[in-house]
Amino acid sequence: MPLLWIVLVVLGLGLIGYLMGRSRALGSAGGDGRQLHSLPSYYGWHGFMLTVVPALLMMAAWLLVAPSVIENRAAAGIPDAKIAERGSRSLVMAEVRRTGEALDMAVAQGTMDEDMARNLRADFTDVTERLKATGAIITTTVDQPILEAAQNYRVMAKASNLYMSIAVLGLAVVGLVFAFMRSDKDFRARNVVEQGIKAILILASTIAIMTTLGIVLSMLFETANFFEQYSWREFFFGLNWAPDFRGNSELGMLPLLWGTLYISLVALLVAVPIGLFAAIYLSEYASPRLRAVAKPMIEILAGIPTIVYGLFALITVGPLIRDWIAQPAGFGNSTNSVITAGLVMGIMLIPFVSSLSDDIINAVPQAMRDGSYGLGATQSETIKQVVLPAALPGIVGAVLLAASRAIGETMIVVMGAGAAAAQMEQGLGAIINPFQAMTTVTVKIVSQLTGDTDFASPETLVAFALGLTLFVITLGLNVLALYIVRKYREQYE
Amino acid sequence: MNDMRPLERAVETKEIKFECRDCQVYYGDTHAIKDVNVDIEDKTVTAFIGPSGCGKSTFLRCLNRMNDTIDIARVEGSFLLDGENIYDKRVDPVQLRAKVGMVFQKPNPFPKSIYDNIAYGPRIHGLAKNKAELDEIVEKSLRRGAIWNEVKDRLDAPGTGLSGGQQQRLCIARAVATEPEVLLMDEPCSALDPIATAQVEELIDELRESYSVVIVTHSMQQAARVSQKTAFFHLGNLVEFGETGQIFTNPKDPRTESYITGRIG
Ligand SMILES: Nc1ncnc2c1ncn2[C@@H]1O[C@H](COP(=O)(O)OP(=O)(O)OP(=O)(O)O)[C@@H](O)[C@H]1O
Ligand SMILES: [Mg+2]
Repeated sequence: MPLLWIVLVVLGLGLIGYLMGRSRALGSAGGDGRQLHSLPSYYGWHGFMLTVVPALLMMAAWLLVAPSVIENRAAAGIPDAKIAERGSRSLVMAEVRRTGEALDMAVAQGTMDEDMARNLRADFTDVTERLKATGAIITTTVDQPILEAAQNYRVMAKASNLYMSIAVLGLAVVGLVFAFMRSDKDFRARNVVEQGIKAILILASTIAIMTTLGIVLSMLFETANFFEQYSWREFFFGLNWAPDFRGNSELGMLPLLWGTLYISLVALLVAVPIGLFAAIYLSEYASPRLRAVAKPMIEILAGIPTIVYGLFALITVGPLIRDWIAQPAGFGNSTNSVITAGLVMGIMLIPFVSSLSDDIINAVPQAMRDGSYGLGATQSETIKQVVLPAALPGIVGAVLLAASRAIGETMIVVMGAGAAAAQMEQGLGAIINPFQAMTTVTVKIVSQLTGDTDFASPETLVAFALGLTLFVITLGLNVLALYIVRKYREQYE
Repeated sequence: MNDMRPLERAVETKEIKFECRDCQVYYGDTHAIKDVNVDIEDKTVTAFIGPSGCGKSTFLRCLNRMNDTIDIARVEGSFLLDGENIYDKRVDPVQLRAKVGMVFQKPNPFPKSIYDNIAYGPRIHGLAKNKAELDEIVEKSLRRGAIWNEVKDRLDAPGTGLSGGQQQRLCIARAVATEPEVLLMDEPCSALDPIATAQVEELIDELRESYSVVIVTHSMQQAARVSQKTAFFHLGNLVEFGETGQIFTNPKDPRTESYITGRIG
């Protein structure tokens, strides 16, 4: 049964559960709603919840677990030689899945009947051609082990779907009946619904947390692999970034980290003053009408895709800075520069800083300003001495959030500052000259992963170590931001 | 003898500090203050009484142009402070507010230390030449605000960490620290216990020697205790204005009478 149908049927059962629970509860009270412990709709929602939630949860769990179980079983029949021939098990399995899909399509188009699809043998008929004729993507010759695995795969997937439909619908019915039996005028449906809603909310936040955890764990795993092949001391403290896909790379992350921090710093130097002043103007001086127009206009900046900013850096800002500043002053002659990327990224960050700061400044109670005006302070004195200090922790939070955006940015860096790591070994000048090309951690993660190399080599795995480092840094910044923002909440009141 | 002279002075007719004529305040379309005429004397405590929402705070806020900060508020009429209209274009509302201080209905200490809260006004107006003088102003103001003993050991603690009543006294001390000529107090004692109330009333009495004080209050007893003049507002109108003793013992308007005897409000 297609998934959509299962979901619809479950929801339909839920509706029945709602109506039945409600009417039974009302019936037990002799039709008088006032005799019930809870409002009638609570009995309804109780029925709906017990019917729908466990069933859908079960479905989600099944969908998560079943594919890997099926693949494992289907793969069991494939000889090791085959796997060695194709490189890895996952490649073979991809082939198996595609073949299975092709068989499905052939059956759907009527070029094969179900029986044939199940019992077809590669050694007797030209399966490959017949499957290609369906329009499916078959790249290699389908041979017997693959075809057999694909046939197994199909059968098991079908069976799994059938069992799942039965289990899910069965659970929904069980929930419905159970809820129906419980609906009675003395049953505390309201409290149960309350608990249920709480459980659903907890579930949602658990999913978010588990995902984060999952990301970290997968990164940790690969990072550990990396550190088995490469010394952590050289990674964290190495001054040279020179990956060589033939081996013997130097993978010191300091040049990349420096690039990230430097470009982010330039970006923040642009974004923070402009964003903050814009926010102050908008929230304290601008008339409501101007504010209503200007604020969305600034926020449009946040909606521009970073690739467009990148283009802007590449073809406008970069050449401009080179021709008017860097070359005349003898600082260098590359279009790609730290300044270019930082400037453009700063523009991108302006709305982050201004929008958040504006909200925070607006959250400072009017009573605070009144108090200051009442003592004979001017508007700018009030802003400087009362409003900004009161809003400062929140503003710092906004800046830190902007900083983590800057640190994670990739596109603008590639197009604005290039892809060459800082040459730290060449001395201080090479480190701090903002008119030279430089690159960041994120850019190198991309280039290491898209390189045409063995996935298990340190040159590729280093991407995970870099990613994890970056994750830790931005996580730290976010935690700091949260901590400051939370502290700020206690400030006034 | 010398003893006679203060008495003599008390009999002198007092100068008029604020002369308000035909005052109207609108909040958008709401007409909150209607045709109010009132003279506020120097070195006098004037009490504004009246039921909730009748416009006492609104009128009080006109006297130091705090209504300027409310976008929808519109003020009309003439408010002469020492003969000069405070709504005149030449008048700088900032300087006006330094002269006419205000204590708000809700305590609003800044999220700064207690010391900085008090020192705020003196600092922006440059009232202290050095740190020692500033310290002195802070201590004197806190004493006048009847809160010195409670906070003298924690001047560095945030003002927002005080209790509601302490915060209100802090705000009173803060307003006093700038040495205004007129002090507007909007229900300064509504969050205070009887002891602190008595202390604040004592302060008001003391301020009267040099300033003019306008106080909004919901307590008839307080109005009777501290004020010399009382104004009764009702639905945006000034119903009756006169000597406090006369208002409370012999009101002319039936609405005043029913309010002070507790029949409207
Ligand atoms: N900022 C404002 N915007 C719109 N209307 C307002 C505003 N402030 C006050 N008003 C209205 O003006 C009228 C007078 O309000 P005001 O605050 O002066 O009353 P009050 O006499 O001080 O009352 P209370 O004793 O409760 O403090 C009320 O009807 C109120 O709704
Ligand atoms: Mg009021």
